[in-house]
Amino acid sequence: MSGYVHSVTLDREKCQGCTNCIKRCPVEAIRVHDGKAKIIEERCIDCGECIRCCQNHAKIAVTDTLERISEFDYTIALPAPSFFGQFREEKDINKILHAFLLLGFDEVFEVALAAEVVSYVVSQYLATNEYKRPLISSACPAILRLLQMRFPDLLKQVAPILTPMEVAARLAKEGAAQKTGIPYDRIGAFFISPCPAKVTEVRQPLQIKKSAVDAVIGASTVYRDLVKQLSKLKGQDIVLQRATSRGIGWGYLTGESRAIGTPSTLSTGGIQNAIDIFEEIERGELQDIDFLEVQACTGGCVGGPLNIKNVFVARVNLKNMVTKYKTKDPYFSEDQLRKFDEEDQFRSTEVVEPRPIMALDDDVSKALVKMERIDAIAATLPGLDCGACGAPNCHALAEDIIRGVAFDTDCVIKLRERVKTLAEEILDLARKLPQTMADQKGTGHGQEEDISSA
Amino acid sequence: MIEPCVSSAEPRFQLDYPINESDFLAAGESASKTKKALQQLGLKPEVVKNSAIIVYEAAMNIVIHATSGRLKVIIVRDEVVIRAEDTGPGIPDIELAMQEGYSTAPHEIREMGFGAGMGLANMKHCSDELIVESEPGVGTILEARIHLGQKESPREIR
Repeated sequence: MSGYVHSVTLDREKCQGCTNCIKRCPVEAIRVHDGKAKIIEERCIDCGECIRCCQNHAKIAVTDTLERISEFDYTIALPAPSFFGQFREEKDINKILHAFLLLGFDEVFEVALAAEVVSYVVSQYLATNEYKRPLISSACPAILRLLQMRFPDLLKQVAPILTPMEVAARLAKEGAAQKTGIPYDRIGAFFISPCPAKVTEVRQPLQIKKSAVDAVIGASTVYRDLVKQLSKLKGQDIVLQRATSRGIGWGYLTGESRAIGTPSTLSTGGIQNAIDIFEEIERGELQDIDFLEVQACTGGCVGGPLNIKNVFVARVNLKNMVTKYKTKDPYFSEDQLRKFDEEDQFRSTEVVEPRPIMALDDDVSKALVKMERIDAIAATLPGLDCGACGAPNCHALAEDIIRGVAFDTDCVIKLRERVKTLAEEILDLARKLPQTMADQKGTGHGQEEDISSA
Repeated sequence: MIEPCVSSAEPRFQLDYPINESDFLAAGESASKTKKALQQLGLKPEVVKNSAIIVYEAAMNIVIHATSGRLKVIIVRDEVVIRAEDTGPGIPDIELAMQEGYSTAPHEIREMGFGAGMGLANMKHCSDELIVESEPGVGTILEARIHLGQKESPREIR
């Protein structure tokens, strides 16, 4: 509500007021009112499903731009593992990293490298056996927001471990501060993101008080400029590439599980699959699974709405890179990884609180009354779920009516019925003639008989 | 047979699901719908979770064992009542059926991962009161109650 800022927003100019997005939103957070889509801020989980389906490109993710580089004394680009799946021809990660320097960054740090650290920390956490099965990955911010709203009881099963993005920002900035002597807060960490949920996560982090990431740039925003720089590249003698396949694989579904290495894992992508699986877990099932890798996007981060390439093409591209860097020695030694884990510095410091925004009323009795009324209204609606009223389905319209933000005449079918009744009444009235004329036309209403029988 | 003992004067809300034999999707769907409704009523997460589990298990029992049945979730101010009625073989020995691991589910059902004999025990665990009445060859009525208790103070929404 107040202060809850989203990345996903509407470009009012482009919105044609069609109802495609309201039906695709997995949390029913969009309505079309007054000819424009309206995102219900407190319900939106920033999954970006509406960005994907809007044919008018009216749904946009507000991300930062490269111009923000000038705000800092020293800047570091942090490309997400999935970013490298956007390249079909260029298979050399080192070249892509060099191209970031030509864009104006002082340094580039692969988030995949931090993903290797996170993989280690999670695997150690699993080894303690002191957790409720299955442990749920904390990597996808849209999933965390879904849990807050719909599965508050499962929040305690979320791994209390920071995301690779956050770990990357911390490692990169600490390293740069040491190397250059520039104060930590004058160093800018720029995450190159496949998704809008990361923007929201950086602005309003759930597991920590303040994010170390300073700006989030959408992959699609930087892609064209970067490809241009790629062709200008000359020598790349300096090896910037440090991540191995363990971290790079995090870009697609199953990569995270494989990197963690626990035998009993379940990997799932797509919000509906996530909901199904969370429901099973809530019922006490799937307790033989140690770790649940769960992403809002089908196929994992390569399927992110801010990426360029088709998810499966990107997956193949990234897989090629995973194969290429398979035999590479890890940058962080086992000792260093152990040190990271023992220092506990990549553990979450905040408890992720539920956001029970589903409730109709704070008072159960009042909520019960409202629920009854919703059901009664829903029973009178046609059940077409056409969306013409601006709500995603008839039941949602009934809810909106009770919440006071819609009217039953918003339903075109109901409106038609009322017009029909009105038209019939008008016709009926039109047929009625004054008594003086009634008999003559033979369309009397039986008054005579009435009178005679009286 | 158990009589519903909820006075009609109080505000109440009822969900009603017909459950048919071998309709394996019905259990998950009714549990999911129940959960959504209870969340909208603003009930505590634990009550919501336990109710969903009972609905799922009760529906699954009808799907596996009975020929047809009906499941009702009645919510009043201070409790959730889940009532499952079926026509089917009934339960000859209820005490035995309540034991963990006891199951009469056929092999093919177990093969699908159901019928582990945890259903009734799980339902008892999740409810404050559980009454089962059954007549062999006729059917079974099950009624589970969950007390709502003190409502948590509404959390501040960020």
